[in-house]
Amino acid sequence: MAKAFKELGLDATPLATAMPAFCVSIPVAELRGICEQSRARKARLVALWGSDESTRRAGYALHLALAFPSGLLWVSVPLSREDPHYPGIADIYPSANRMQRATADLLGIIPSADADRRKWLRHGAWPEGTFPLRKNVEAAARFAQSPDRYPFVPVAGEGVHEIPVGPVHAGTIEPGHFRFSIVGEKILRLEERLGYKHKGIEKRFEQMTLEEGARLASRVSGDSTVAYAWAYAMAVESATGTEPPRRALALRGILLELERIANHLGDLGYLGNDVSLSFGFFQFWRLKEDLLRTHAQLFGHRYLMDAIVPGGVAKDLPPAAGEALAERLARIEREIAILKSIYDEHAGAQDRFIMTGQVTPELAERMGLTGLAARASGIARDLRVDYPIPPYQQLDPRAASHTRGDVSARVAVRFDEIFESMRLVQTLVQQLPSGEFRAPVAAAAAGARGLGWIEGWRGEVLIALEAAGGNRIHRLHPHDPSWQNWPLLEHAVHGNIVPDFPLINKSFNLSYSGVDL
Amino acid sequence: MYQLLKQIAKTGIVTEAAPLPDATLRALERRLGQVILEHFGRALAIRHVDAGSCNGCELEIHAMNSPYYNLEGLGIKFVASPRHADMLLVTGPVSRNMETALKRTWEATPDPKLVVAIGDCGCTGGIFGESYASCGRVSNVIPVDVTVPGCPPAPIAILQGILTAITPGR
Repeated sequence: MAKAFKELGLDATPLATAMPAFCVSIPVAELRGICEQSRARKARLVALWGSDESTRRAGYALHLALAFPSGLLWVSVPLSREDPHYPGIADIYPSANRMQRATADLLGIIPSADADRRKWLRHGAWPEGTFPLRKNVEAAARFAQSPDRYPFVPVAGEGVHEIPVGPVHAGTIEPGHFRFSIVGEKILRLEERLGYKHKGIEKRFEQMTLEEGARLASRVSGDSTVAYAWAYAMAVESATGTEPPRRALALRGILLELERIANHLGDLGYLGNDVSLSFGFFQFWRLKEDLLRTHAQLFGHRYLMDAIVPGGVAKDLPPAAGEALAERLARIEREIAILKSIYDEHAGAQDRFIMTGQVTPELAERMGLTGLAARASGIARDLRVDYPIPPYQQLDPRAASHTRGDVSARVAVRFDEIFESMRLVQTLVQQLPSGEFRAPVAAAAAGARGLGWIEGWRGEVLIALEAAGGNRIHRLHPHDPSWQNWPLLEHAVHGNIVPDFPLINKSFNLSYSGVDL
Repeated sequence: MYQLLKQIAKTGIVTEAAPLPDATLRALERRLGQVILEHFGRALAIRHVDAGSCNGCELEIHAMNSPYYNLEGLGIKFVASPRHADMLLVTGPVSRNMETALKRTWEATPDPKLVVAIGDCGCTGGIFGESYASCGRVSNVIPVDVTVPGCPPAPIAILQGILTAITPGR
């Protein structure tokens, strides 16, 4: 299993978790070489983050999660207290750019000689030279607001003008700033400025025990609460050597697929709405509401928040409830099939969907696009298929795959995934194992590591955990797939008209909260 | 087209009855006069501001626009600019990076205006609390008339909060 890492000349240690995962520590001088070789072997960059190791009598550390075909490799790079610099890797993995800048803002771990070293999460809430995720900064510290003065990339030329949008948008959307440079009606360039929702989630985790952290993890990105709760539970189980019961794993599978269906229903409604097919909005949101009410009845929460806990699930599914769920899903599925044929045959909607907001497979591969959007751009990767953990091992899930990379492909992926998730839930309900639904969780040893990696509806959610003494959290990095996908939205809008931006944006439907942290 | 019309006819009207106002949700004594509230009650324009939520409350605000709740039938609509709004519907703990934007949005909303804070975070700061990056609850930044607790509050609870804010009387 560790063959790929031996090839890199690395002596990686296996990490006890549900999917194949390994840890390795490398000197900073080897970082770029390892990244270049990893990229050449088709490994993806899943996440990049940093940590302050002063409470463990060391300096800092930079961490990378790389996905190899044979599993996930957690690479740690110790850095000195006096000189926490490392050579940036954004030229090797373009998605590293914003992660490096966020790490620099929060911890003062600096990518030297990298082309783009602008701030990212720091607006005006703390001063330059202060790093809130360092252990010597109190979580409750308050700094005077200072002006943001973010250096946007200027675009000049005859007829070019700018449209600044946000952070408060025109619809019910999360806050962020979009700077459009346009000629006439066409978008020449889009620059995103995020970080408005930064509310200190990573610092907050460090004030919590492993038990308390589950609620916070469930609120990193509310629309993906099940994916985060499962990834968090998996990380804690990995750090504490806990094995959740089989019944709990099957119930987790049901919850994750229900979350996927609910989000896809909402998005398909809004995608109809954004092309003036308000019929689609009302129909899909009626079905979504039916599903949310079913969630509340059977699992006690409309969005299934806090249903997954370390050790298993919070509540068992009563015996007759499985049949009720199966029956309701079958009814919703019949209606979705009708709505799909209406969408497919609606000339006005298809005219707006097709060839709008395109990301070609080549660009997607180069920039590291992931999740749902990647599967619309010819990259048929899906953790449920590529590294199946229970209960997916027995289900033979199929990854959706479309190649055109436009809004229409992202609509098609959503329809395909709804039908596949319906099949998975129905199978899981029929084959639900009997027995316990929650196992006791032991305390984690100080320094114990855990990883959780789950294919949420938007893409892969990663939780990387290091425990401190007293069952507390030393460092926890929750990673949303939106880190990888936001930069591609800037590419997808090139040459499109401004009025199509809301449609393109919605077709990706990326998280702000999940990346602002 | 035939299939589309058939689906509309088959679906019928699914709208349910609106909730009654609940005076216990008031955070401030009613500030606006009866005449103003009677006008708001017939045509209320709402601007939503996400000041730092996890996006959970937004899901329920979207859900409130589903046909089950027929908002426009109650005279309520969401508008694209605070300058067109009578009410701000604010979610989240207010992140310090959104503090200025929220204050500016409130200032851009013409008087008389109302503010309804949505969700546990909007009411108390919730699990995120106050920190170097979070101002905590909405009323730490702008005056709040009505609070709607819940994580997230269901559409019917949000609607009840809105109706409470615009109901003349106690």
